[in-house]
This record gives sequence, C-alpha cells and structure tokens, in this order.
Amino acid sequence: MSAGVGVDLENLWIRFGDFVAVRDANVNINGGDFFSFLGPSGCGKTTILRAVSGFLDPSEGKVLIGGNDMRGIGPNKRPTALIFQNLALFPLMKVWENITFSMEIKGASAKERRKRADELLDMIALPGQGDKLPSELSGGQRQRVAIARALCAEPDVLLLDEPLSALDLKLRQHMRTELREIQQRVGITFIYITHDQGEALTMSDNIAVMRAGVIDQIADGKTIYNDPNTAFAASFVGENNVFRGKIKQVMGNEAMIATNRSGDLVARISTANQGKLKEGDDAMMFIRPEAFAIAPDGATGDHFVTARVNHEEFEGNVFNIFTEGEGGKEIKVSIPNHGQSFQDHTGQNITLEYEAQNAVLVPAGELAAE
Amino acid sequence: MNLSFLRVSIWVYLAIFFLYLLGPLVIMSVTAFNSSAFPRMTPWECLTFQWFGELFQDQRILNGIKNSLIIGAGTVVLSVAMGLAGALMLTQIWPKLRATYYTIIIAPILIPGVVLGISTLVFWDRINRMLGLGADSVLSNGIFLTVIGQSTFIASYCMLVLVARLQRYDVALTEAALDLGATHAQAFRKILLPFMRPAIASAAVLAFLASFENYNTTTFTFGEYPTLTIELAQKVRYGITPSISALAFIIVALTVFFALLNEAKLKRQELVAAARKNATVEELAGKIKLPSFFAGNVAAMLVVIFAAATITVVGTATAYSPDQCIANVKEQKQLEADQRIQELRKQREERRKQREADEAEQGETQSAPKPSNNSGFGNVFAPNALSGDEDESNAEPQPSTNGGFGGAFDPNSLKTDE
Ligand SMILES: Nc1ncnc2c1ncn2[C@@H]1O[C@H](COP(=O)(O)OP(=O)(O)OP(=O)(O)O)[C@@H](O)[C@H]1O
Ligand SMILES: [Mg+2]
Repeated sequence: MSAGVGVDLENLWIRFGDFVAVRDANVNINGGDFFSFLGPSGCGKTTILRAVSGFLDPSEGKVLIGGNDMRGIGPNKRPTALIFQNLALFPLMKVWENITFSMEIKGASAKERRKRADELLDMIALPGQGDKLPSELSGGQRQRVAIARALCAEPDVLLLDEPLSALDLKLRQHMRTELREIQQRVGITFIYITHDQGEALTMSDNIAVMRAGVIDQIADGKTIYNDPNTAFAASFVGENNVFRGKIKQVMGNEAMIATNRSGDLVARISTANQGKLKEGDDAMMFIRPEAFAIAPDGATGDHFVTARVNHEEFEGNVFNIFTEGEGGKEIKVSIPNHGQSFQDHTGQNITLEYEAQNAVLVPAGELAAE
Repeated sequence: MNLSFLRVSIWVYLAIFFLYLLGPLVIMSVTAFNSSAFPRMTPWECLTFQWFGELFQDQRILNGIKNSLIIGAGTVVLSVAMGLAGALMLTQIWPKLRATYYTIIIAPILIPGVVLGISTLVFWDRINRMLGLGADSVLSNGIFLTVIGQSTFIASYCMLVLVARLQRYDVALTEAALDLGATHAQAFRKILLPFMRPAIASAAVLAFLASFENYNTTTFTFGEYPTLTIELAQKVRYGITPSISALAFIIVALTVFFALLNEAKLKRQELVAAARKNATVEELAGKIKLPSFFAGNVAAMLVVIFAAATITVVGTATAYSPDQCIANVKEQKQLEADQRIQELRKQREERRKQREADEAEQGETQSAPKPSNNSGFGNVFAPNALSGDEDESNAEPQPSTNGGFGGAFDPNSLKTDE
C-alpha cells in the first residue's frame, strides 16, 4: 500500500517457563497494511502483540519495526500504540485528558491538548463529549475513545487486541467498517487481533491464522477462505464440511480420495500442498456448505454425495439444510435465497453436487474445536 | 408476636451496645461542664466552662498537644511512604515469596508496642554511639525517635490499607501509560498515585490517629518531647480533674465533626456523580447544575447544625458566668459542712458525756475508746469520702475553702509546688 512502517517477526519464540506460547513465528507485515492475527482463545495472539509493543521480551528471535531491531527498547520508546483487550482507559481522567495523555507526557499545554482532543473527538464521532468520564460512556463510545487515545500518540503501528469483543453484534459490525475507514484515513499499519473470522475477513489486507502458538497460514482473506493450507485453517475460518480419506489417485492439481462412508470423491489439492500430497496419504477434503447444490435424483459419481435431510432452517439470506450422509455423516448445505419458492425436503433423500474446484484437499490434521 | 418480640430485643440489644460503646464518652463529656472539682455527673452542681479555660492554660497539656501534632505529622509522612513502598513491593515480588514477605511486614503489628519502643531506643542509641555523636544529636532526639519508633508498626497498618486498594488496580493502566510514551516515573505519578489517593488519605488519617493515641512505644522514646498521651498519663497519676474531661470532650467533638464532614463530602460527590450521569451533553458542556449542598444530604445538614451549635456554645461560654451558681453551691456546701461539724461536735460531746457516765459507773476502767465507737465515728465520713468534703471540714476555719479544696486536685498547684 503506502509507505507506512512495516513490522517483521523473525523466528520469534516466546516461552513462559516450559510452556511455549509462540513457536517460531515468521511474519512480514507491510507498512500501511491492516494485518490480523486470527486464532482461538489462548493461542498466543496477545502474547505476540505484547512482544511487538515491548511488554514482553522474546525468548528467541526478534521483532523488527520499520526494519529496526527492537531488542532492548522499552514500550514507551517504540513507535507503537496498543489498544488493550479491556481498553484500559484511565478511569479518573476525563475523556479529553485520556485522549491527549501522550501529549501531556510531552508537556503540551492544556489549550493545545483541548484542541487536539476536539479534533479527534470529531473524527471518532463523539463531538462535545470530552468532559465526560470514561465510566459515563457506552461500550462503543469507550472503544472509540481508546482508539482516539492511541491515535493521538501518532504511532507508526497501531496494535489492537480484540477491541470489539465486548460490543454487541450490531455495534461490532458498525465498528468494523469504522475501524477500516480510520485505518485508510490515517494510513498507518494496523495489527489486529481477533478470534472472530468475520472480523478478520472483512477488515484485513492479510491474515495470519494461529493455532496453539503456531502460525498455520498467512495470506489475504480470500486465499485463506478458499485455499487453506491446513485442516485447522480450513475448519477455523468459516464453516466447512470435512470428509476424511486416503488419497487414491493424484491427477495434476486434483486428487481422488477414498472415504469410508461417502465413496470416492474428487477435490482440488490446496496450493501449498500441491506436489506434497501423494497417493496413500491421509487427507481431509473440505467443502463449504454453499459449495453444494441439490442435484437431480439418481446422479452418481465422484462429485456427488447422497444424504437424508434431518431438518431445515431459514436464515434470511440462506436456507440451511442439515443432512445425514451414509453412515451418519453430518453434512451442512446452504442454498442462497433469491426469492425462489423453497421446497421443504425434510425426511427426503437428496443428492448433493459440488465442483472439484470448490473442494479443497489438505493433509489430515487437527481440526478447530467447534 | 414473635416477630415484634424479635424486633424489640434487637432494639434493646442495640441500645445496650451503644450504651456500652458511647456511654463512657458521653458521661465524661458531660462532666466537663460540671463545676464539681472531681469529674462526675451527679450531683450536678453548676454549668461551667472553667475546665476548658483551665485546660488551655495548662502549659504541659498544650505542649503535649504540640509535640503530638509534630510527631503525628512526621509519622504520617514516614508511615505512608513506607507503607506505599511496602504495598508496591508486595505486588511486584515473586509470587512464591509473597506470603513470607507479607508475614514479615505485618509482624510489627503483632509485636507489643513496649518492645518496639525499647528496641527503637536501644538500636538508635547504638547507632548514635557508633557514629560517635553526643546525647544531643538528632538520632537521640525525642521527636526523631518517637516518629521512627511509632512508624515501625504504623507503617504496617498503612500498608494493609494501601494493599487493599492496590489489589483493585489494573496493571494494564500503567502499561497503557508506558505505551503512550510515559516513563515509569510519569506513569506512577500520573496514573497510580491518583488512583491510590483515597487510600493514601485513609492511611494518613489512620497513621495520625494511631500516632496521636500511642503510649506504649512513645513512653520509651519521647525524651524531652512528651506527647499528649504521656502528659495525660503523668497528670492522672496525681489525680483526675474535669479539665481532662474537657479535653476528652474536645477530641470527641472534633472526631464527630470530621466524621460528619467526610460523610457529607462523600454524599455530595455521589449526588454530583448521579447528576452528571443524568445530565445530557449540552447540560454538561454548558453549566453543570449541581444539586444544592443540602438536598438529600443528611450528613451535610448535621455538619451545619453541629457548627451552629458550636458557635452558640462558645458564644454562651464567653457571656455566661457561673460565679453566682458556684457561690451558691459553695455557700450551701459551707452550710452543710458547718452543720456536719455541729453534729460532729454534738456527737463528740455526747460520747464524752457517755464516757464520763461510764467512768462514773465503772470507776477504774478508763481505757482507750472501744473499737466499735471508733467505727461509728468513721461512718460519718464514709459516704462522702470521695467528694472532698473531708478536706473542707478539716479546713473549716479558712474562709476561702473552695479554692483550697479544689487545689488538692489541681495538678497545676502541684506543679507550682515543685
Ligand atoms: N504471563 C504468563 N505466564 C504464563 N503463561 C502465560 C502468560 N501469558 C500468557 N500465557 C499463556 O500463553 C497462552 C497464550 O496466551 P494469550 O494471552 O496470548 O492468548 P490469546 O490468544 O490472546 O487468547 P484470548 O483470545 O483468550 O485473549 C495461554 O495459554 C496463556 O495461558
Ligand atoms: Mg488475548
């Protein structure tokens, strides 16, 4: 993007005693990017952020900001600003004092601070609220004050630790767009932490998917969603149906796997695993619910799965069909709603069809917990 | 039935409890206004403010108060500083050591004050000698030693108060300050210290009160600077006068006043906060409509009533003169005394006559008076033995009896005697 300040993690290890919280992380974040770390609770996201902001020393490896090794540089000397998981607004200071704390540190006059606070309050759409205490604001307003406070320090890199997790759904969705807008306006690097794949996908230029201290994949949202590297990434990001099997035959970018319950199925091998998956390997095939279509009865082959419909749900934009394949295998199907009259299939046997391009094959591995 | 019985017994319990708690204070306060030379409530003689006057003329008491205030201030500064340092240390220290550290730092509270006093004295005396300083050096100065000695355990109290608040502190606040560019010192001064301020104030008050009332430790360390408690203890040894009640009354009144003032302030903050919450943005940006000071604030009203009462009392005291009443009481006492003396004489006379009669009857048996007679004689004085009438009857010939008998209990007279 622009000439922002990049952040690089090189062979970063962080241990707490014997426990390894981050294992050999290698990440290059471009200046001006909106970069997300996405992973389940406890996978080490906060730990990485604390290492970047300087509250934690890496056990091994290094953190570079703008190409400079940050070793031995304290958090107050780094060009980063962190928005804490619990915001950590100063409870005894008014909103404007909170926002301009970084200026107070540098000895700015109250008048200058007031002026800057008003500008920032306008930017975060809270004009005239400067004289309130943080406790007198709503959750979303507090959120925005925390962002303003961090931006006031004019950091090169803004670090955000699940800042939206405490908000309700509507506000969260609203704040997503707002955050993205702010990031594009100020043009600095944002490093964003979340366990919500929706947040990561909607806002980020690039995403790192983390699992128990290990980074599984770094790519843009589309790639992660459509072309996951690992079973974990495939199952953690978005909904997916998984079919386990042994590879029977590799055909260029595609391969056929023999499953126990659903017969032989063909899928595309995910990019990172092409040339690595060989015949006889244990593999997992992932098909998104929306990649299925209902086929005419009686069709058989290596793109078809038969199943019995257990129940159906109407979710507004999609119809969800919960089916049971051969041997009790659960398969979820989502049919987009474009106003068609929808026929209830409950109790019927249906045939599901997919295109090999829309099914991905990865080596068998650990799945994300539901 | 049962319920009302329960309720009644709760009230009775409360009444007894408060009587037990406050009764002695109330009675002592009341005695400060009775002209009787011994602090007592009954018989009520005259309303008087003379004991307050006497109190404020007592140089030793005044000096004691002054020393107590100086030492109190020193102890507050030292104890709060040490307490805060100890509390911060407790949160920073390696978790495994925490329990041990806590025990060590709390230990001075459990050690008898006497021991602390003696050890302070001995320790600093050693240091003083090691440094080759004389007996008039700072290290053997009574104020220095007392501040140091008292702080050894008062700092622990302060630490307990401060730790309680510190445990509610979110370390992320300090981290946020650091992250925004503050140095550790700035983060401490601008974030942690303001957060701790209420607890520091509580700790300071606690430290001051603990210092003010301390006797055990101070008694070894005061040197040439006796505190109020020391002076009082020395005074009481020679007898107790209502001017001590007057002092007690002042202390009680001040305590109640400040307690109410504090309560009023808290209540007011609450009301303001509530008002702020309700106020819209425009209102806040414009003029904050504060609730009037008294609205819904009982404590504030009490403070004002209290202040008014104080002014009234002081006003009355300056205008009021109990001389007439005291003169009357004196006169009456004199009369009573005279009467009693008359009776006494009469009794003696009777006894003499009886003895003579006995002698006449029994002839030779002319020994000492029988013990039974003797006890009969004593009975006359027994019920009033405490009241000082005894002196009066003995000093009967003097016209200025009142001054004379009051003097027996007046430590001032003792002092001047010395
Ligand atoms: N100071 C510490 N001492 C020991 N273990 C720690 C410490 N901080 C974190 N951990 C461990 O490191 C792991 C990662 O923690 P981290 O806070 O980075 O998780 P997270 O991904 O941010 O999770 P969440 O989404 O719940 O915030 C956890 O298992 C945690 O128990
Ligand atoms: Mg976290």
